[in-house]
Amino acid sequence: MKTTLVLAFGLSLSSLAHADWLQFRGPNAAAVSTEAKAPEDQLKIAWTADLPGRGLSAPIVVGDKVFVTCSSGPGQETLHVFCFNAKDGSKRWERAMRATGRTMSHTKTCVAANTPCSDGERVFALFSSNDLFAFDLDGNLLWLRGLTFDYPNASNSLGMSQSPVVIGNTLVVQSENDAESFAAGLDVATGMNKWKLERPKAANWTSATLLKGVAALQSSKGILGVDPDTGKTVWNYEDGASTIPSSVVSGDLIYAVSKGITALAPEKGSVTQLWRNEKLNPGTASPLVLGDHLYVVNGAGVLIKASVKNGDEAWKLRLKGPFSGSPVAAGKRIHIVNERGIFQTIDPAAPEGKVTQEIELKETVLTTPAISDGALYVRSDAKLWKLQ
Amino acid sequence: MNSHVMKLPFAFLFLLASLPLPARADLSKPLEALRGVQKEGQGNAEASKAWQEITKADASNLPEVLKGMNAANPLAENWLRAAVGVIADEALKAKKMPVEALVTFLKDSSNSPGARVVAFDLIQRADAKLAESLTPTLINDVSSELRRHPVAKLIETGDKALAAKEQTAAVLAYRKGLDGARDEDQIKTLAKKLRDLGQEVDLPTHFGFLMSWKLIAPFSNADRGGFDTVYPPEKELKFDAVYEGKGKEAKWVEFTSKDEYGKIDFNKPFGMEKSVTGYAATDFISAEDRPAEIRIGCKNGWKVWLNGELLFARDEYHRGAKLDQYKLPCQLKKGKNTLLVKCCQNEQTEQWTVEWEFQLRVCDATGTAIVAKN
Repeated sequence: MKTTLVLAFGLSLSSLAHADWLQFRGPNAAAVSTEAKAPEDQLKIAWTADLPGRGLSAPIVVGDKVFVTCSSGPGQETLHVFCFNAKDGSKRWERAMRATGRTMSHTKTCVAANTPCSDGERVFALFSSNDLFAFDLDGNLLWLRGLTFDYPNASNSLGMSQSPVVIGNTLVVQSENDAESFAAGLDVATGMNKWKLERPKAANWTSATLLKGVAALQSSKGILGVDPDTGKTVWNYEDGASTIPSSVVSGDLIYAVSKGITALAPEKGSVTQLWRNEKLNPGTASPLVLGDHLYVVNGAGVLIKASVKNGDEAWKLRLKGPFSGSPVAAGKRIHIVNERGIFQTIDPAAPEGKVTQEIELKETVLTTPAISDGALYVRSDAKLWKLQ
Repeated sequence: MNSHVMKLPFAFLFLLASLPLPARADLSKPLEALRGVQKEGQGNAEASKAWQEITKADASNLPEVLKGMNAANPLAENWLRAAVGVIADEALKAKKMPVEALVTFLKDSSNSPGARVVAFDLIQRADAKLAESLTPTLINDVSSELRRHPVAKLIETGDKALAAKEQTAAVLAYRKGLDGARDEDQIKTLAKKLRDLGQEVDLPTHFGFLMSWKLIAPFSNADRGGFDTVYPPEKELKFDAVYEGKGKEAKWVEFTSKDEYGKIDFNKPFGMEKSVTGYAATDFISAEDRPAEIRIGCKNGWKVWLNGELLFARDEYHRGAKLDQYKLPCQLKKGKNTLLVKCCQNEQTEQWTVEWEFQLRVCDATGTAIVAKN
């Protein structure tokens, strides 16, 4: 009986009728939709909504609501959180606040660089200025934090982009930089610190991934698995990792962006290295796992397919790059948007991989799409699109 | 219970309960709760309840909610800003924005600059023509953000005059714009336009950069350890002293910047050293005791002391620098104020890590230069 229930629950998780896309790279930050209904093969622009400010943050989807953040103003001081209707792109609500932390960034990025996240009841919007807001789905402000107001040296003059994640009742935020570097677990209901960890003093733009209820925090030193309730170390991989593309979890393994790709099997107190392929080098985009294969977009805009079992390369497919955003997948397709706004759909099952569709969005796009209810959501500095 | 109310259908009573609070509700307690938020989430729980109460208030309460921003900390300001947004959205839909009261609020410069910026934005959303008519009055405002509107208008006026070949009128508009401008982008635009017309522009004076310093280097910054090492200039300012430095003697030299953005470049007197620490010292004679801001731009590790008090320290290297990157509120005393800057260079060798410099200006909270008496 127990086994049957667990099996049924597992099946429902692996193939949901409708699933939310609650954070950067969606379910488990793995970039793969868990819905039964994948987007159609020939996608069209269903609607477009105008945005008043810049953003590298990805949209997230909770039920029939799409949430997006932007920053505007001469110094990017105005911080916007938007809620749109997924059905028609009409605006449900908008809130505008002001940065309390530093807003300086490299010209390519901006203050709305961190993707918001949700626990299904609340939306947590973090910005590069270290301002953090929690709203309910109707736009009521539940709590806020100014993490640079709290910790005055926590900032990066190039800008920050680490996206928060929710695990249980804890919101895990990272503000990792050269000067005052930390990660913290906040109570989702009040925003109060449950724990705060000192992190390596080095700029870091990667986001946490989730593995079996553990928050995997990546940095130049490696990947630290922490208990989200206490911040205590569960396991620690110390052989270095990238500070730009984030690693990806699939099943019980982490495919770490570390000296190429290194497959890791973390357990309580230990991490076993299964294989390493130093030729699998992600550029800015983070990798994903679809079925039995790992997909990496390198710095030259080439998509590389490799086996999850041993890292052996299957094929390479040159895409239209360059890319700042990461690929996502649903059903049997991979989707990615390049910096020039060319949305590309790839059939990875084709013998050498094949681009099956391109849509020119005619805007600079530096971010990662979201997938929900058979549709994709993409944003630029001025627009939010639904592709269906 | 009133007999008429007794006859009302239940659904209508429900609707009545969900309507905004009556006009001029007493918001003193919820406003106090929002103003009470502190660091690390302290006060969030109370503020969350208070926010719900405030957002149900009628639009006529907007000036009172805005007033709540006066002398509030930046976190409380954001709670209030978000609440104002919700009330204003409803007011705009119902065409009930209290524009006249907002204009009165805007014109009262004792209200906080942040709240007045929000008030102006609401006026603009409700009545764009009225907002435009108010714009010229904001040219000398204490809010640098509000000044942007009249400065933009003066740039436009100057451009039109120039297109009509009225050069004198163009220069007048640009000059007036420059006098009012406090943001770098507008200042740069206006300086270029004036110079293109043969006019002189003194940017160091406009910004208030401190151009003349005494510099000493090189002390070691191996493994970034120099940042927290207390070298002799932190203990004493003896400008004729010579100390043991990194591989050579460290002694004070006079340095006056020729850069119009006031860059104090250690590479010029000391060569392109790596893993080193330098110090810069200068005096600022203030006409009075007064609050001020020391604003620094620097892509190296740095510390700033005013009259021996450490104002801030930043251990970050080569992530970028810009004007007013860090704003350090401080108190100037009448007479001599001594400024000491520690500037550390790290070991990186890439071409974009050559800079070992800072720029520093003294101004008020609006960004208006405070002119030293020396």
